[in-house]
Amino acid sequence: MEIITRVQELLVAAFGNQAIVAIEESGLQAALVVASEALPEVCLYLRDHEETYFDFLSCISAVDNGVESGSFTVVYHLASIPHQHQLTLKTTIENDRTLDNLPVVPTVSGVWRTADWHEREAFDLMGIYFDGHPDLRRILLPDDWEGYPLRKDYEEAEAYHGIPIK
Amino acid sequence: MSIDKQLESNGVVVAKLDDLLNWARLSSMWPMSFGIACCAIEMMGAMASTYDLDRFGVFPRPSPRQSDVMIIAGTVTFKMADRIRRLYEQMPDPKYVISMGSCSNCGGPYWQHGYHVVKGVNRIIPVDIYVQGCPPRPEALIGAFLELQKKIETEHIVADKLESTQA
Repeated sequence: MEIITRVQELLVAAFGNQAIVAIEESGLQAALVVASEALPEVCLYLRDHEETYFDFLSCISAVDNGVESGSFTVVYHLASIPHQHQLTLKTTIENDRTLDNLPVVPTVSGVWRTADWHEREAFDLMGIYFDGHPDLRRILLPDDWEGYPLRKDYEEAEAYHGIPIK
Repeated sequence: MSIDKQLESNGVVVAKLDDLLNWARLSSMWPMSFGIACCAIEMMGAMASTYDLDRFGVFPRPSPRQSDVMIIAGTVTFKMADRIRRLYEQMPDPKYVISMGSCSNCGGPYWQHGYHVVKGVNRIIPVDIYVQGCPPRPEALIGAFLELQKKIETEHIVADKLESTQA
């Protein structure tokens, strides 16, 4: 049995169908779609369960699904060093794209320490707000930067500290 | 009179003050040691034993207050721009800037979509020599120093200083 279907079984048994939405197989790699509210518990379960034991968070990516879609997706790549298997988790958040209403996802920095900086990067460049993060500041851009440059509707400012941008 | 002849006359050398000062300055162009991106690797290569920039008196200094030349070796981001301007202001006059590589010349590969890149370091500080290349080879950087020597050779810093104090 593939790891992803086994993980789905385990998670549905533990958290029910509401938390585990579906398996998405359209991409190159199958991904498990998870409700964003359930994410920290799901991750903690996957990290500690002896059959899954995902002790390593390889990457967090933020995806802008486009201006019309009104949503953002956050993708988590997990890996288990002892079991040598991998898993992709996805969660999608509806959002109206205004800058004072950021899409909110609960943090997993309590599950994997490495999530701290990954989440800061997603916040910095895509404007995802990770609820419960211990230190959610910009990590690459200057602190006084305005906007989130990797968003599809980002528009460059005229100048930064008096230096023209274009 | 050739310098050999002059040295025979009890070590007395007659020279123009400008020539003497310029000769001293162009023989010890001390750059500030900092690199921003991949061009800095070529800059380090130019300073290491194979190319040995030290034979031109080019020797990196750890402080802007001891430096004559600033080599902008790499991509200038907006986050870095404030720091570069501050470092440039801390260098004593007369000071020179070499813009090394496409990024600091004009933004390089980020010239169109680089929201975070200053499109040319000449937008924040005055540049004396531009070096083309991505990154330029060490020979190109050495060429930039030779060009800078030619520039320094033609200057009249004493006269300029007097003029500015009288005005």
